[in-house]
Amino acid sequence: MNARIPILKLNEVLIVSIQWELDDQTAIQFQEDLLNKMHETAALGVVIDLTPIDFIDSFIAKVLGDVINMTGLMGAKVVITGIQPAVAITLIELGIRLNNVMTALDLENGLDKLYKELEA
Amino acid sequence: MNFRSSVEIITEWDIVAARQLGRNEAKKAGFGTVDQARITTAISELARNIYLYAGKGKIEIERVSEGGAFGIKIIASDEGPGIPDLRKVMEDGFSTSGGLGAGMPGVKRLMDEFKVSSEPGVGTIITTKKWLH
Ligand SMILES: Nc1ncnc2c1ncn2[C@@H]1O[C@H](COP(=O)(O)OP(=O)(O)OP(=O)(O)O)[C@@H](O)[C@H]1O
Ligand SMILES: [Mg+2]
Repeated sequence: MNARIPILKLNEVLIVSIQWELDDQTAIQFQEDLLNKMHETAALGVVIDLTPIDFIDSFIAKVLGDVINMTGLMGAKVVITGIQPAVAITLIELGIRLNNVMTALDLENGLDKLYKELEA
Repeated sequence: MNFRSSVEIITEWDIVAARQLGRNEAKKAGFGTVDQARITTAISELARNIYLYAGKGKIEIERVSEGGAFGIKIIASDEGPGIPDLRKVMEDGFSTSGGLGAGMPGVKRLMDEFKVSSEPGVGTIITTKKWLH
């Protein structure tokens, strides 16, 4: 049950689509895999799509927040896409703000936003 | 009428099992998607706290009715070290493990009722309820 989250490369951008509920191990592994892949490919941006995710707790929120900060440190831009209404509501009620991150409704809009940001 | 199901929290995987059970129970009880997410998140926080701070314990989920209202009750219990300062752990950002310190105050906001009783050296019991509106 410890499958890794696939990270795809498209030109200078990495695309991650999280397809199933994250357990702690998978989340930590993902953090490491993404940073390594960014280093290898010298990617300029990352889109993380959370469409199928139906809840986020404080642990996963922390991992996600750390990923966003680390990606920023490595000089890349991050867009988070597909946050469901129920997830947005519970995150705010938990008291969690994902600061300094661009968001978009879906993967397509997220990629658009990222490319515009990279051109600017 | 009082269906009660429970999950022993011993390994990290039991956290996943507890929240899946919670989501199923919430769905069966008739909660909408937002409340299902609230209940699932609350269970995840409580189960992880048991795993992290007490080593092991139990999550119980039960349907409840009170004066015409229906809802779901979650009991998180452990025989761990207990919580020395109950006021402190309810502050946003207080953590002894480098976490966000969002769990306890978060669960209180996500749910409708929230009660902690804890005794150092004996353990902790957290009872929380969500009502169908
Ligand atoms: N069952 C428990 N037994 C003993 N101490 C506990 C228990 N649950 C919580 N605590 C204490 O309360 C503190 C606050 O818990 P809370 O869940 O709010 O934050 P956290 O677990 O530190 O971080 P987060 O939940 O945001 O990842 C914990 O750091 C821990 O010291
Ligand atoms: Mg916690």
